[in-house]
Amino acid sequence: MEYIDMHAHMVSRTTDDYHQMALTGCVAVTEPAFWAGFDRGSADAFEDYFRQLTEFEPNRAAQHGIRHYTWLCLNPKEGENRELAKEVIERIPKFLDRPTVLGIGEIGVNRVTRNEIATFHDHVQLAIEHNQLIHIHTPHLEDKYKGTRLIVDALLQYPEIDPQRVMVDHAEEHTIEMILENGFWTGLTLYPQTKVTAERAIDLLERYGLDRICAASACDWGHSVPTAVPELILALRRRGHTNELIRRVVYENPIGFLGQSPKFDLLPRSAPGRSARSSEAPVEVGV
Amino acid sequence: MTQSAIPSPKKGRQLIDEYFIETRHRVIEIAAYLDRLDRSGDPATTSDFRSGALREALAVLCDGSYPRVDRIQMIFSDPTTEPRAELDQKAAKGAFDPEQEKG
Repeated sequence: MEYIDMHAHMVSRTTDDYHQMALTGCVAVTEPAFWAGFDRGSADAFEDYFRQLTEFEPNRAAQHGIRHYTWLCLNPKEGENRELAKEVIERIPKFLDRPTVLGIGEIGVNRVTRNEIATFHDHVQLAIEHNQLIHIHTPHLEDKYKGTRLIVDALLQYPEIDPQRVMVDHAEEHTIEMILENGFWTGLTLYPQTKVTAERAIDLLERYGLDRICAASACDWGHSVPTAVPELILALRRRGHTNELIRRVVYENPIGFLGQSPKFDLLPRSAPGRSARSSEAPVEVGV
Repeated sequence: MTQSAIPSPKKGRQLIDEYFIETRHRVIEIAAYLDRLDRSGDPATTSDFRSGALREALAVLCDGSYPRVDRIQMIFSDPTTEPRAELDQKAAKGAFDPEQEKG
């Protein structure tokens, strides 16, 4: 079955992972800007990262017939550094017109500090100024409820924001209701131990229905599974759900949210070397 | 309330048939973890804030009230509403530590 992985940090994954994702039906991924595992030292480092997200990864994905889109920001893990955040946010607009940039994300908070919240607001204002879709990270573990509550309340302060253009990601049992009842989209993250399993994701779909809910692997440099979405497909079949319902979750709902960007399409994109786009240089592999 | 927007195609006994073995496995893993802590002989394993939260969570498993998972999630959650003044650490620990928050 064809699927879209709404949240995959592919710069952290191997080309073999793209291969496995293609074999299991992946037709598109969206990659939010992420923390590298260490704090980047300068705004220049972020520019290099944004070039990797908008130039290198779309080509690497295209070699496997997968469309690659991205979201740009300074990740919440680095949001405490207000000076750096301001520098990075000033540099983001020049990347927003690139053909695979869908919006601002994944913004949010990590340990729910005052500085993180200020950086979050800066990003939201950037998205409003440039009419961008927003992709939001909600915090981990004990910080999730408090962080999600503060994020939702903060977003509701902006009359300019249409909640249907905002994905509040990484929902769990104690946060999904406040996200959906305020009109936002949400994501269920199929991530080992610290987010939801496929079975709990299915429980949430059964409890809350299919409207404005997507699922993703959030695969990154940590313990994570790039084929988590097809694992969910298998688990949905095991539960007895129909292919029609499954397709809505893993394919039609992502299109419903992402399709609000005029840049998003699923037309076949030729692999480098066979592309009509002369700017798509072949990706060098085996470094 | 136990109603669902989309009823599970598998019903009561079928759900047990499908998921009992893996759930049994998880309960035994919890028991083994608690025994492991006991064998360590360290009283800190009992007083640790994470152990306290786990004991509360395990009580919810047996109280027969729905929904268990939502209530257990809240046991592990930070119940405060004010942002932290500054970053204390990058990673979360899995349970709220009231002593740390007191500073």
